[in-house]
Amino acid sequence: MTKRLLFLLPALIFVFVAGYFIWGLVSERDPRAVPSALVDKPVPQFDMPPLEGTGLPGLATADVTDGTVTLVNVFASWCIPCRAEHPQMLELGEMSSIRLVGINFRDKPEDALAWLEELGNPYQRIGVDARGRTAIEWGSSGVPETFFIDKTGKVRYQHIGPILRRDLEETVLPLIEELN
Amino acid sequence: MRRLGLVLLLLGAALVFVGAPGGPARAVLPDEILDDSVLEGRARELSKVVRCVVCQNESIDSSNAELARELRLIVRERLVAGDSDQQVLDFLVARYGDFVLLRPPFRPATYFLWFGPLVFLGVGVAGLALVLRRRRLQPAAEAPPLNAEERGRLARLVEEEGQESRAGNRLPEGGGS
Repeated sequence: MTKRLLFLLPALIFVFVAGYFIWGLVSERDPRAVPSALVDKPVPQFDMPPLEGTGLPGLATADVTDGTVTLVNVFASWCIPCRAEHPQMLELGEMSSIRLVGINFRDKPEDALAWLEELGNPYQRIGVDARGRTAIEWGSSGVPETFFIDKTGKVRYQHIGPILRRDLEETVLPLIEELN
Repeated sequence: MRRLGLVLLLLGAALVFVGAPGGPARAVLPDEILDDSVLEGRARELSKVVRCVVCQNESIDSSNAELARELRLIVRERLVAGDSDQQVLDFLVARYGDFVLLRPPFRPATYFLWFGPLVFLGVGVAGLALVLRRRRLQPAAEAPPLNAEERGRLARLVEEEGQESRAGNRLPEGGGS
């Protein structure tokens, strides 16, 4: 009997390995997604100048850690997915339970300004990250990305890629409710 | 003549290969290089083990991405500020996690990664040794002698085979008679 089981072993190993490969192919796991290192850690130290022409203040660590649930959205005018997520940003900007601020990543100020004038400005504050140094402090690997900060000033979630309608309903709104 | 052409072709291909851009070190721009050659050397070595997080399997030393450039500058700034190599790597890991390291760290969570291949090799070698030992301990068990009925069947088979080959009616395999 044990011998018969031994003969089945290669088949079992095959099923195991094949199952693993199939999972790799069909699961929704994104192999390009960079794992978030900052989740459950305090907000990093940064201080960015404002985007001239908006009349809004710049952005520093203290501005996002004062006890209000804050969404920090990294955006750029040259970033196509940012355009796709902008309607959702406008919606989030309307919400009174959160504060939405922006990091303008590696952008020309005049382009960023034109972009916001064309599509609308949902942000309460905008910091200009001309060289992308602040994005590195956040462990960001590109645009768009959105960080969720809870009332204690800790990063609770990093959304990589655009927040589309589906993400808004399935992830973002429930998370905002939880953080409040 | 034809052979000469082939040699020239191969030589040309080799030259193209050797001279091809994109080898390591091409991405580092002149303005990044530090005056202190010792620090620059350390920066280069560190850059080779740091992943460019937007280009996945490329080090920041060989990547042309802007993020990679900024990370190279950060590595150099921190070295100039007096950081040890490990402190520089820790700085990056604090922001991007272990993912930023091209060489996975050695810790309990990665033991399987490091030892896995050895374990599999060990299992294979042990299995092979077991099979070989068993084969040596029991050299092909003597087949029991044929009984009367089997001897009769064998004789009939031999006889039939003899007749068939005489009639030139052999099987395609030849039978080996």
